[in-house]
Amino acid sequence: MTLLELRDVTAFYGPVQVLDGVSLAVPEGGAVGILGANGAGKTTTLRAISGMVRAGGSIRFDGREIRGSRPERVAALGIAHVPEGRGTLGNLSVRDNLRVGAYLRKDRAEVERDIDYLLELFPNLKARVRSNASALSGGEQQMLAVSRAFMARPKLLILDEPSLGLAPSTARSVYAAIARLRRESGIAMLVVEQNANLAFSVVDSATVLETGRSVLSGTSAELKGNDEIRKAYLGG
Amino acid sequence: MNAFGTFVQLIVDGLAQGSLYAALALALVLVNQATGLINFAQGGMAVLGAYIGMSVGNLVIPSVGPIAGVLIGIVVAVVVSFFIGALIERFIMRRFQGGDEDTSVVATIGLLTLITGLVGIIWGFNFIPYPFFFGSGESFTIAGIAISVWSLTTFLTIVALMIVLQILFQKTKLGLGLRAVADNPRSAALSGVRVGGMLMIGWGLAAALGTIAGILLAAKVQLNPNNFDAILVYALAAVIIGGLDSPIGAVVAAWGIAIIENLAGTYLEFIGHDLKVAVPFILLFILLILRPQGLFGRKRVVRV
Repeated sequence: MTLLELRDVTAFYGPVQVLDGVSLAVPEGGAVGILGANGAGKTTTLRAISGMVRAGGSIRFDGREIRGSRPERVAALGIAHVPEGRGTLGNLSVRDNLRVGAYLRKDRAEVERDIDYLLELFPNLKARVRSNASALSGGEQQMLAVSRAFMARPKLLILDEPSLGLAPSTARSVYAAIARLRRESGIAMLVVEQNANLAFSVVDSATVLETGRSVLSGTSAELKGNDEIRKAYLGG
Repeated sequence: MNAFGTFVQLIVDGLAQGSLYAALALALVLVNQATGLINFAQGGMAVLGAYIGMSVGNLVIPSVGPIAGVLIGIVVAVVVSFFIGALIERFIMRRFQGGDEDTSVVATIGLLTLITGLVGIIWGFNFIPYPFFFGSGESFTIAGIAISVWSLTTFLTIVALMIVLQILFQKTKLGLGLRAVADNPRSAALSGVRVGGMLMIGWGLAAALGTIAGILLAAKVQLNPNNFDAILVYALAAVIIGGLDSPIGAVVAAWGIAIIENLAGTYLEFIGHDLKVAVPFILLFILLILRPQGLFGRKRVVRV
């Protein structure tokens, strides 16, 4: 079963066309990567999905056309978006950030249990649960951003370059945590990443974007075996 | 009255006067918590609410009697102001949402002029007495200290409002949504918080709160379109000292300002009654140098 399907999605920033036919599919419970250079349209693709930019083409989620829906509505349908730059709520405490993530949920007791679960998973966050999010390090903020999205119990988690601005070892531990979340929860994921090695530690397949267009997609094994991909995104 | 009695009397009077600053300060904190803005129109909105309360009161008092009439006036004014506040957000402030914050703040200054002018056109610029207020003018004496019924009512109302607001922000889901939207509307929307709805509720609640401040003031000094011009300045000082994100901080700071103003006016001869209005601002100046985040506000740390 396909959970999310994009077909020939286009998008403009003013007169500039940023997406020129992006197509991809995320199966239920699957994890798909979007690879590509700076300016290829990766972030815009995610924004089109969650209704933050106007888009053309077709975006179907869970059997519904969601293109043109507002972000609050897309969130309510079960897509949690961790935006580029993390988007944590800086003047709210770590715990309040997690509570905001669960804003649409009605099961209060379960919400508190999920918070405890995530704090066990991320001991760094547990130690600073009463601090403002802005006081956390970059890696901790990224973990908080992922946790906040997870708190919505979404059907699909979309992650916009979780490694951005992090030291390599921190980026690896963030990805290890994402991989663990996926194993334990089975939530489907769509991950934008420039560093393909990191992406492949979580995703089963990926789509490559070039200048706003899907040019190639395949399973992780296929892409790792592809000479051009190796040269462009995997460091030789 | 002995020296100690005078001292206590000054503090009691300060608490009552400070409660008035506090009422408006709480409304400022509310809008700031919900939108991240300082609303300079808050005083004007408070005056408008008080006039509505007066008009409704005068309208119904002949048929229901003074006490019920004033109560009905207050309830109607609070409810109507909630909607006026929400509509101002939706149809005026919303246009500036997402742009430069300074533009929004300037828009609230324009709004202040507009509302004050409208109130003047509708009700005139003369002082109008509020129809009746619980024992306004009456007072009682405890251990030699005179306490007016108005002072006590104002003080208790503010304490109750402060507690309600603190609970609203810290313990309720609505408060969490308001704070999330103020902090980062885009991120809040990604978590499913309805940004537009939160902004309207924030402005509506602040307007309702301001109306209570307006009526408390009107019961003491009568109604005038410019009632709150001076008090808004004290309220701003209070929220800056107390921290824009802390209802308790704002109230405590408002009390402190009024008490210090009273004490300085009486005990420091070179200040006296003429210069005492300047005292809070000198304190504010010193505080901003020493502790820019306010006394109770949380320090905002920026890290990259």
